Amino acid sequence: MAEAQNIPVGSTTAGSIAVAAESTVATRMSAPPSYDVADFPVPHGREEEWRFTPLERLRGLHDGTATATGDGVKVDVEAPEGVTVELVDRDDPRVGRAGKPVDRIAAQAYSAFEKASVVSVPKDTQPAEPIRIRVHGEGGVAYGHQVIELGAFAEAVVVIDHTGDAVLAAGVDYLLGDGAKLTVVSVQDWDDKAVHVAQHNALVGRDASFKSVVVTFGGDVVRLHPRVRYAATGGEAELFGLYFTDAGQHQEHRLLVDHNTPHCKSNVVYKGALQGDDAHAVWIGDVLIEAAAEGTDTYEMNRNLVLTDGARVDSVPNLEIETGEIVGAGHASATGRFDDEQLFYLMARGIPEHEARRLVVRGFFAELVQQIGVPDIEERLIAKIEEELEASVA
Amino acid sequence: MATLEIKDLHVTVEADNATKEILKGVDLTVKQGETHAIMGPNGSGKSTLAYSLAGHPKYTITGGSVTLDGEDVLEMSVDERARAGVFLAMQYPVEVPGVSVSNFLRTSATAVRGEAPKLRTWVKEVKETMERLSMDPSFAERNVNEGFSGGEKKRHEILQLELLKPKIAILDETDSGLDVDALRIVSEGVNRVRETGEVGTLLITHYTRILRYIKPDFVHVFSGGRIVESGGAELADKLENEGYEAYTKPVTP
Repeated sequence: MAEAQNIPVGSTTAGSIAVAAESTVATRMSAPPSYDVADFPVPHGREEEWRFTPLERLRGLHDGTATATGDGVKVDVEAPEGVTVELVDRDDPRVGRAGKPVDRIAAQAYSAFEKASVVSVPKDTQPAEPIRIRVHGEGGVAYGHQVIELGAFAEAVVVIDHTGDAVLAAGVDYLLGDGAKLTVVSVQDWDDKAVHVAQHNALVGRDASFKSVVVTFGGDVVRLHPRVRYAATGGEAELFGLYFTDAGQHQEHRLLVDHNTPHCKSNVVYKGALQGDDAHAVWIGDVLIEAAAEGTDTYEMNRNLVLTDGARVDSVPNLEIETGEIVGAGHASATGRFDDEQLFYLMARGIPEHEARRLVVRGFFAELVQQIGVPDIEERLIAKIEEELEASVA
Repeated sequence: MATLEIKDLHVTVEADNATKEILKGVDLTVKQGETHAIMGPNGSGKSTLAYSLAGHPKYTITGGSVTLDGEDVLEMSVDERARAGVFLAMQYPVEVPGVSVSNFLRTSATAVRGEAPKLRTWVKEVKETMERLSMDPSFAERNVNEGFSGGEKKRHEILQLELLKPKIAILDETDSGLDVDALRIVSEGVNRVRETGEVGTLLITHYTRILRYIKPDFVHVFSGGRIVESGGAELADKLENEGYEAYTKPVTP
């Protein structure tokens, strides 16, 4: 079910479905997962996991030269009643339980953070309001670790908002108890100079539902790596992403859904629009169906809309299947451009140019925005998309 | 009465780093209520005429004039021309991913009519027009031209023609790639618009087939970037029997 169409010059779309005895998803990483930064060699840029990333713009996060400045970011957690917020040390059993760091920067973050923040929603509770975590960059370098833990049958919405300017490497763990439902929206609305690298690990409990919405607008370099594993059968993961990559920005989203357990579901939809010279979006979608994961149902899709010349997309879906006893597995990637012919067609029906552009981009994102289910975030996204478009028209 | 006047129109296109003149002095007047068929061999410049009138950026006007009721069409942007009443049904309509037909039609009608159509009457209008064109209601929820068959694309163009009610309709090879049923349905749509008497139609075609369904008042033979012969409907019969050979043979001294 691979498809590729309308690929503009300067873009690549590659897809593969591999049936392998040994996982290439794991083996093509240059080192095995580890909590210790010393276990990872400093990347030189030709490694599979780093080949799209502009290392020289990471401000030293990848080679140990970025030292935390103490005033890197200000974190503010707004927790509704019944939700607890703690600062804990690295040896707390919840920290790092959802997944080990898989690359040098993730391990650097893990090795360098001072205290981890743990937000807990006790079992059977359903806070009426979203939990809001505001991460505001104050211009320095920071390493952070955030754990969000839902007890059995707890239901919560978490909004993590990134603004300001910072050089930040972070780990975020989501621990979902049995039957828990977590929606987490991570918004990267950074100032132009920010550098943000993070690994997200979700561990989805029995019959639990995890919905992740990643929204990336800002920053100089944003490189996020959401990963999902299942602790038991019946888990569901929905990973949605939306990015708007402007001139000079590098926005990279690398996903892994590891179907390590039978009868789990996953659905991945990432959509991005690009505009301006050297706007670069990278999407890597790895789905692994392990031999034990019978009854898996998975689909992943990436769509890109290139609004101007000079932008580049690298989109690589990768589906690896070690058992044929599954419900379904598919992937799709397509990169299309908003070209002069589309513009001509819409304008030839009387629609003014700015309206034509808006129509296309809004339509492109609408379906995804509706999936978020957090009204104030939906409104903010629509407003933000409009703002980005205004900038492109002007 | 709306009148499109084309006078001595010269148009060039850039191809392979060279400027090539495609239209070499086109003169044509189309009045509201009239139907003009423009027929000619491939490469004669018929489609260039259509796209130049609609304002496609690929074509450069190097001489002549085009006016609609005295207003200079060539000075208008593409969307202004459409709002002034010029409609081009395209031979190859492009896909617009993420934009539904219903949203597109409403945005377009709002732009052309200068105000948003009243929702209740609009829905009815679209539904009835689609029914007449044998289009399934689910069509409105699909993305513009995405995955449309050749016939669906052309019906969608005629749907727009019927809804936008232009003063001048240019149909660029609307008949190409259609089977007989689709050709009949599309032609009936065009005829409904013509019967209002409020549109001047410029029917660009390579084949005489569509003229069995849409009877032109005037037939013009297009060759070498200009109109080389004009006549009534009988000229189409002559072309049907003799082809374009007489018009494409190099002139021997």
